Amino acid sequence: MTLLGDRQQLSYIASQAADARVNLELETEGMTLNIGPQHPATHGTLRIIARLDGEQVVWVDPSCGYMHRGYEKLTEVRTYPQVTALVNRIDWLGSFANEVPFILAAEKLMGIEAPLRAQHIRTILFELSRIANVSLFLGDLGVQLGAITPVFMAFRDREYVLNLIEGATGGRFHPNFDRIGGLKDDLPAGWIDETRTVMKKLRRFCDEIEDLLFGNEIFQSRTRGIGVIPRDIALQYGMSGANLRASGVDWDLRRDQSLPMAWDKVDWKVWTHPDGDSFARCWVRLQEVRESTRIVEQLVDTIPAGPVMTKVPRIIKVPEGEAWVCTENPLGEMGYYVVSQGDLGPFRVKIRSASFNNMSITPWLLKGVYVPDIVTILASLYFILGDIDR
Amino acid sequence: MGLVDRGRLPKPLTQLFNMGRSYSLWVYQWGLACCAIEMGAAFGSPRYDVMRLGVIPLPASPRQADLVVISGTVTDKMAPVIKRLYEQMPEPKYVISMGSCANCGGPYWDSYSVTKGIDQIIPVDVYVPGCPPRPEALLEGVVMLQQRIKNEDMGARWRGEGSQPMALAQSAKQAVKKQVVDGESAERGGVPVVVDH
Repeated sequence: MTLLGDRQQLSYIASQAADARVNLELETEGMTLNIGPQHPATHGTLRIIARLDGEQVVWVDPSCGYMHRGYEKLTEVRTYPQVTALVNRIDWLGSFANEVPFILAAEKLMGIEAPLRAQHIRTILFELSRIANVSLFLGDLGVQLGAITPVFMAFRDREYVLNLIEGATGGRFHPNFDRIGGLKDDLPAGWIDETRTVMKKLRRFCDEIEDLLFGNEIFQSRTRGIGVIPRDIALQYGMSGANLRASGVDWDLRRDQSLPMAWDKVDWKVWTHPDGDSFARCWVRLQEVRESTRIVEQLVDTIPAGPVMTKVPRIIKVPEGEAWVCTENPLGEMGYYVVSQGDLGPFRVKIRSASFNNMSITPWLLKGVYVPDIVTILASLYFILGDIDR
Repeated sequence: MGLVDRGRLPKPLTQLFNMGRSYSLWVYQWGLACCAIEMGAAFGSPRYDVMRLGVIPLPASPRQADLVVISGTVTDKMAPVIKRLYEQMPEPKYVISMGSCANCGGPYWDSYSVTKGIDQIIPVDVYVPGCPPRPEALLEGVVMLQQRIKNEDMGARWRGEGSQPMALAQSAKQAVKKQVVDGESAERGGVPVVVDH
């Protein structure tokens, strides 16, 4: 016991208590099931310690921190442009979307705004990173349920989106393309035509996934009515993104907030689902990919002409102040609270990432479910460990 | 294999064994961070398709694996787990360190919680640089490892000698680490290295 930390010690005592209680009631012996820290179902390195009573889960202790890289401390010793390269890697599937709120917060403090063309291109790349993120989720979902074909399809069609991001930014995974006051570069020639073709491919991919996976009887019976999160519980746990919309809350920061981005200039819809179960969460994400393709298609038609960078000093010093900017990232609400003291780098950055709050519901949600459902519920909650631990 | 541990394996037989070993590598995927997605793209996607190189990315446990790909940021909390699972792999075993984080800490070089280089814990055979490396780069690393296995003297490996790290792009830092890895692999073999010139 001396080797265990305080938290683990407490969990151990709690597990003993749970054991005793279960033994009294049912006269069965409890068992501890350890999932992770390296398990495909955990999307990274989450460790889940589950106490089982037969086939049912008595309680669950998610143990995170295996991917903690100390972002908030590192941002204090980096300059503003260097922080952009760092925050790419928080949610590694939707990298560009991580840069945007930080850059917007810095611009807010400096009192500048990116040119209209840069705002449009930012929104396009934001939505492309959402597609790259969520399309992998749709493929991975099949793997968690034992179907291996969807992941091949997802990797196939995701490559087209990554090629687009690489074509525009030069980075396949981590673009580091956003600058304070605009973008690093303009779009290359022929990029817009290519984007239109790829968006058609992506919509076909969505149709395929809907036929193959969502219409599948096994998928439906494994996800419908499983892991139900009621509306008020979802709000209490501070959930956001598709997980919240699947519980029937009509809440999307892209629509509800006025940011210097281009979402308000196009016609799109926020999808919600009343059920709040695993199926609803997956379905809302599928619809979001479709909406994102629509947003991108409309935006590439209406990109205004002009520069992509405003005038900013060569050495960026952000004036003293505090700013909070959050956006609707692929995983949910992501925000940065930037405190500046007029230096080259931020004094303090608080990162609010969506996955941490979304994952914090697991002890409540997994209580009483059956063992095979742990994996499907975790998959449908869809967190990325870099986003949880930072 | 009495012949192997006495170092008396005939050369044609060594070559035959080595060819067989190099084209049936069972990979244990250790996906940690961003690189895990690129590793997934290399191992699981139809565009890159690692199986055409004779690599099978599907073992259920490290006890059935020949090769482990450490892809991503290794934190101090994760490091003991990696060491433990590496020790469960049967000899001969190989390690590919994928990405800057696993090589040397990468963008988290001054972080308080990141292990700066997986080669502080386990010996590495091939370093694949990049943040994250493209899937093609990982495939090149696999091919380099296969070439290395083909030229390997199994007797020497059995005695704990002859583990030389390779790097796709040899930097000064990695060249320094080369010596460290040699020392570690010799320790692991449990046999004192006798250098005879």
